[in-house]
Amino acid sequence: MGQIDLGDISKSYDKQKNVLDEINLSIEEGEFFVLVGPSGSGKSTLLRMIAGLEDITSGTLKIGDEIVNHLPPKDRNLSMVFQNYALYPHLSVEQNILFGLNAKKVDKEEQQKRLIETTEMMGLSELLKRKPKELSGGQRQRVALARSVVSEAPLCLMDEPLSNLDAKLRGQMRMEIRRLQKRLGMTMVYVTHDQVEAMTMGDRIMVLNDGKIQQVGKPITLYNEPANLFVASFIGSPKMNMGKAVFHADRNQLVIDDALHLEIDPVINNVPRYPNVTIGIRAEHLFPGTAGNTTHTIEVINVEQLGNETLVAFEVGAEVWTAKWPGQWDVQVGEKVPVHIAIENLCFFDSDTGLLIKPARAGKQQEVVTA
Amino acid sequence: MTIPTGRKVIFYILLIISGFLVFAPTLMAFAMSFMSNKDIMTGSLPTSLSFDNYVRAFGQFPLLKYLLNSLIISLVIMLGQLILSSLAAYAFVFLEFKGRDLLFFVFIATMMVPFEASIIPNFHIIRDLGWIDTYPGLTVPFFAMAFGTFLLRQNFKQIPKELREASQIAGMGDFKFYLTVVLPVARTSLLTLGVYGFLTSWNMYLWPLLTTTNDNVRTVQIGLKQLQTQEQLNDWGVIMAGAVIVVIPTLILLFLGQSKLQKGLTEGALK
Repeated sequence: MGQIDLGDISKSYDKQKNVLDEINLSIEEGEFFVLVGPSGSGKSTLLRMIAGLEDITSGTLKIGDEIVNHLPPKDRNLSMVFQNYALYPHLSVEQNILFGLNAKKVDKEEQQKRLIETTEMMGLSELLKRKPKELSGGQRQRVALARSVVSEAPLCLMDEPLSNLDAKLRGQMRMEIRRLQKRLGMTMVYVTHDQVEAMTMGDRIMVLNDGKIQQVGKPITLYNEPANLFVASFIGSPKMNMGKAVFHADRNQLVIDDALHLEIDPVINNVPRYPNVTIGIRAEHLFPGTAGNTTHTIEVINVEQLGNETLVAFEVGAEVWTAKWPGQWDVQVGEKVPVHIAIENLCFFDSDTGLLIKPARAGKQQEVVTA
Repeated sequence: MTIPTGRKVIFYILLIISGFLVFAPTLMAFAMSFMSNKDIMTGSLPTSLSFDNYVRAFGQFPLLKYLLNSLIISLVIMLGQLILSSLAAYAFVFLEFKGRDLLFFVFIATMMVPFEASIIPNFHIIRDLGWIDTYPGLTVPFFAMAFGTFLLRQNFKQIPKELREASQIAGMGDFKFYLTVVLPVARTSLLTLGVYGFLTSWNMYLWPLLTTTNDNVRTVQIGLKQLQTQEQLNDWGVIMAGAVIVVIPTLILLFLGQSKLQKGLTEGALK
């Protein structure tokens, strides 16, 4: 039995279209669970329903083994960190951290004990007497975290807690939150729109779009075997390269967007026979071609030098594809460059339903190696 | 600012002149309060300055009693307005119920009804309650204040909803949240409204005139008016002395309030 169980949870406002549609999900105890999706996908609404800040239109929500649909937030034994931190501007850091404990009438000695423990762990001991406006963004974030840690609730909800921080600090806080969660063993439900955050932090990820679950799974599974076109394009940076593909059995050729021709050995590779197929290939699977294995020559339309890797963009039909090559490559815009595209690196999707037909084999192999 | 010096000088001269013009009656009243009646009537420059008028103002009339009455009434109205307006504003911002916004607009619409229009029904109610010549009769009708509710509602709306939600998760009820978070966070607006309410009720004239018949509860504004009419010949020196005394609390409040207001404003809120 998971710690949180959602059964057919739906949400609609004013009897209109469902914002969330029959969500079935179970979150394990001690798990770092990430809800990810574009804005308006309903991920924050779902989190707020778990917190009890939003009514549940239909379905059952269980925390532990108890149905909590109609319990007020305070009786759900959870803590929450908000995007804007929700610190009380008129209270000092210390008062802010102890605010919830006062409301719950925890005795003073216990409060002080927890305060000292938590602030030492979070490195806030020096700042206790300051007001929130005298703190930097990262410090405010830490105070908000400390407030939720000090409550010792077994379940912690986070609503895009890092989106107000700059990129560098975000990376650092990402690690801190992750370490904290592991150390305290709490169950964490974390909402973000940033797929990098989702990939790096989550034990499991749920991708949400338009109020519907797209896929639930481990980060690496989502990356290697995206359940549909939406997950494929949402997870991973740069995003997966896609194109419509037509299989010509007579020539043993796969034609992508009327532009790329791939030779196929029908004996080894069983290409799915669907009328409308979309293929996807990860940027790192578009290898630079060597004398022996070059399959195509492409014309470069943009180059991004990242230092440790090079992103090369080129056109395939109407789409722009990106190849990610490790190391530094001296490539100029307009240059013709050899690449190696292998059929086993292609993911096949049904264009009509968007569902995955066949994942890339190379990805799977990697998983076995790293496991 | 890059205004040429010549033009700047002209501006300042004009400003000084208009400032002087606007302030002249007050200055004259202040000067007259120290002058003898003879000098005032002949319109000559003061031949001697004395505190005689002030002594007489306190001696001839129960001025202290009037001042005390005004103070009590203004303070009670101010507190009543602050409490009711902030509670109403809290409900309009943080509580969700059907027809909330409609109710708010109806509430605000009462601002369009001038007080004079409601004086007769108000008077009937006060009379039937037997509140003529009592403090409740002078104060209670002013407690409900659409403007105050409006002002505080706008201010409370700036308090992030997340603060309420965080307190809900911490297990804090509405009333405790109102006391420990909303009021301290909005104290600048509360102060502004308080000063406004105090001054308005301090200067109130018509209502106390209608609902008081004796010196026990009469306010200082009515008292001042009495100074003017009790004698055949108006003793302008005493009247001006009374007026100056009446203005002093107002000024003190303004100066105090101003420094506090600035402090409150610069403190700023956390975005």
